[in-house]
Amino acid sequence: MLHIVACIKQVPDTKIIKMNPKTNTMDRSSAPAILNPYDAHAVEEAVRLKNRYGGTVSVLTMGPPPAVKAIRKCIEIGADEGYMITDRAFAGADTLATSYALTKALEKIGKSRSIDLIICGKMTIDGDTGQVGPGIARRLDIPPLTSVKKVVEINKEKGYAIVHRKLEDGYEVVQSTLPCLFSVEKEINEVPYAPLPNMIRAARYQPHIWSVDDLEDVDRTLLGLKGSPTIVSKVWPPEKPKGGEMLTGTPKEQAERIISLLLERKELFRAKEELG
Amino acid sequence: MNLEDYKGVWVFIEQKDGKIARVSLELLGAGRKLADKRGVPLAGVLIGDRVKHLAQEVFAYGADLLYLYDDPIFHHYRTESYMRAVIDCCRKYKPEIFLYGATSTGKDLASAVATDLATGLTADTTMLDVDAETGLLEASRPAFGGNIMATILCKKDRPQMATVRPKVMKALEPVPGRSGQLIEEHLPLGEEDIRTKVLEIVRETQKKVRIDEADIIVAGGKGLGSKEGFQLIHQFADVLGASVGASRDAVEAGWIEHHHQVGQTGVTVTPKIYFAIGISGAIQHLVGMQNSGLIIAINKDPNAAIFQACHYGIVGDAFEIVPLLIEGFQAALAREVQYGGKV
Ligand SMILES: Cc1cc2nc3c(=O)[nH]c(=O)nc-3n(C[C@H](O)[C@H](O)[C@H](O)COP(=O)(O)OP(=O)(O)OC[C@H]3O[C@@H](n4cnc5c(N)ncnc54)[C@H](O)[C@@H]3O)c2cc1C
Ligand SMILES: Cc1cc2nc3c(=O)[nH]c(=O)nc-3n(C[C@H](O)[C@H](O)[C@H](O)COP(=O)(O)OP(=O)(O)OC[C@H]3O[C@@H](n4cnc5c(N)ncnc54)[C@H](O)[C@@H]3O)c2cc1C
Repeated sequence: MLHIVACIKQVPDTKIIKMNPKTNTMDRSSAPAILNPYDAHAVEEAVRLKNRYGGTVSVLTMGPPPAVKAIRKCIEIGADEGYMITDRAFAGADTLATSYALTKALEKIGKSRSIDLIICGKMTIDGDTGQVGPGIARRLDIPPLTSVKKVVEINKEKGYAIVHRKLEDGYEVVQSTLPCLFSVEKEINEVPYAPLPNMIRAARYQPHIWSVDDLEDVDRTLLGLKGSPTIVSKVWPPEKPKGGEMLTGTPKEQAERIISLLLERKELFRAKEELG
Repeated sequence: MNLEDYKGVWVFIEQKDGKIARVSLELLGAGRKLADKRGVPLAGVLIGDRVKHLAQEVFAYGADLLYLYDDPIFHHYRTESYMRAVIDCCRKYKPEIFLYGATSTGKDLASAVATDLATGLTADTTMLDVDAETGLLEASRPAFGGNIMATILCKKDRPQMATVRPKVMKALEPVPGRSGQLIEEHLPLGEEDIRTKVLEIVRETQKKVRIDEADIIVAGGKGLGSKEGFQLIHQFADVLGASVGASRDAVEAGWIEHHHQVGQTGVTVTPKIYFAIGISGAIQHLVGMQNSGLIIAINKDPNAAIFQACHYGIVGDAFEIVPLLIEGFQAALAREVQYGGKV
């Protein structure tokens, strides 16, 4: 029986977020909070492994109280248990402080049921650093396996996992001891629509909610803003491109203008002819 | 931590099969500027199996020093082995700044190293500067899906680390014969100390055009309407000898494979000519192509954001304009050949 924990984060939907042009800040109210899309794949993979090998899937998030909604979404996907750590002391955490807080929560979860595998998303769509997964693995001193696009085998008895890690020009097959941590690519699976019983369970589900005081052996100087070596010193909107020349005339005239622009760069085409 | 103890700018030299990743050479260029501004040396850190011969190239591209860990245990990249070498080197020689390419290997390694050294790591940096006096690194990066830029500082910890996007910084012209100091390091590390094993590497190179190396890219988006419509992009690209790019929506529609996707979650490209056809110009697409030499956009919506990001824009139907381009370019080609000039 495997115990798999997926780490998940609630994020603003950056696809539709609007900027306030006066203050140059994000208008968070313009974007609904959603489960980080990569994390949905992490949970889905955990659920698939549970169905394959038997076991339990827990999800863990650090976030403000409304993040309960993201946990419920994971219950819909098929997670069994949800844990949330929430406390003002966590606020302002960079990736180092985030991995510290999550590690403390994982240690506590692992006390009641030891953890075989941790699955994270490749990255979030807001901070989008991809640094938290490997950070957790280092703190727990287990192997981090990033860019996982396929899980070939988990063998708890013999204590190993075999996965495919995506490379720029292919993939590698890697074996690791258990426990270990995966950061998964979105191509690892498709998240299907949730079955009705899961939706019903999710609607009523109450996660375990912990504050800092509920965690053990916590060095508070390593939490939140205080525990973060990096600070965001300045935020500004990306430079708006000024825009180019709009061509006029008939479609034919416009096309001819483009062709003459191409012919001004003959050397680009010459190279090709010499090859052929 | 005494910040004064940390000196020098370092670059992780990523190599695969005995070839240095382009981004590492770009970072030597960026690192050189930072080091000169600070008046400190620029060093590379190279890890691998029989890679000593790459030292010359690292010096030619601007490094003063190279720390080398050359051992069969480093044959394949593995977080656990490479990380130990990097950490060992940092603890011994204490750099103030350490840059890595924001590739899957660079990000994986830097994330692990930053945790063990308990220092700050800025992700996916696109702008770098340093305060000459204090040595404070200003690393700026896009976040929130490219909607904002943020400058990240690491004031109290060293080294200040950052992963930097490929194709953003410029490599220096290599100076053949430029010399530097090679420092060979050894780490007592055995296979039994490493918990992961690479069983096999599968290269999927079948006709996988590396679009990030193309001079000309013809990219199509959702505006092509269907997989059949998208063929127009392939035809035009064939005529120009160009590579094919795509927006995410075209990829997600199943019209073309993911490795053609340009943008935040695809590849970053800087071709000499980029055609954006039936692409609206979402910020996540723009971040992947905005540094192209000449950007030409074709879109039937005059208000499409892509027109703010292009050099030349045509408002019109792709299915009318592109055939005219194909026809016209072929005719021009034929003319050139007739008059003996090569096009
Ligand atoms: C504009 C901006 C820029 C920033 N830049 C940096 C930077 O360069 N370096 C830096 O160290 N910090 C940076 N941060 C802070 C960073 O966003 C936070 O530390 C955040 O808590 C975690 O990082 P992430 O969102 O990048 O997660 P990622 O590392 O991208 O997340 C990877 C995976 O880790 C897990 N995970 C991440 N967060 C949580 C969570 N709260 N609960 C449970 N699981 C989680 C998920 O599985 C997720 O898919 C920045 C913040 C802002 C606002
Ligand atoms: C976290 C995140 C990451 C993302 N990463 C990427 C990424 O890497 N790359 C990427 O591209 N997107 C990315 N996106 C998606 C991005 O936000 C846009 O949704 C996407 O780029 C839109 O693709 P499109 O321009 O093809 O489609 P649309 O926005 O639907 O635009 C289609 C355009 O075609 C025009 N058109 C229609 N018919 C014709 C015709 N006959 N002739 C000419 N023009 C026509 C329309 O006017 C319209 O402007 C990302 C989004 C998020 C949230």
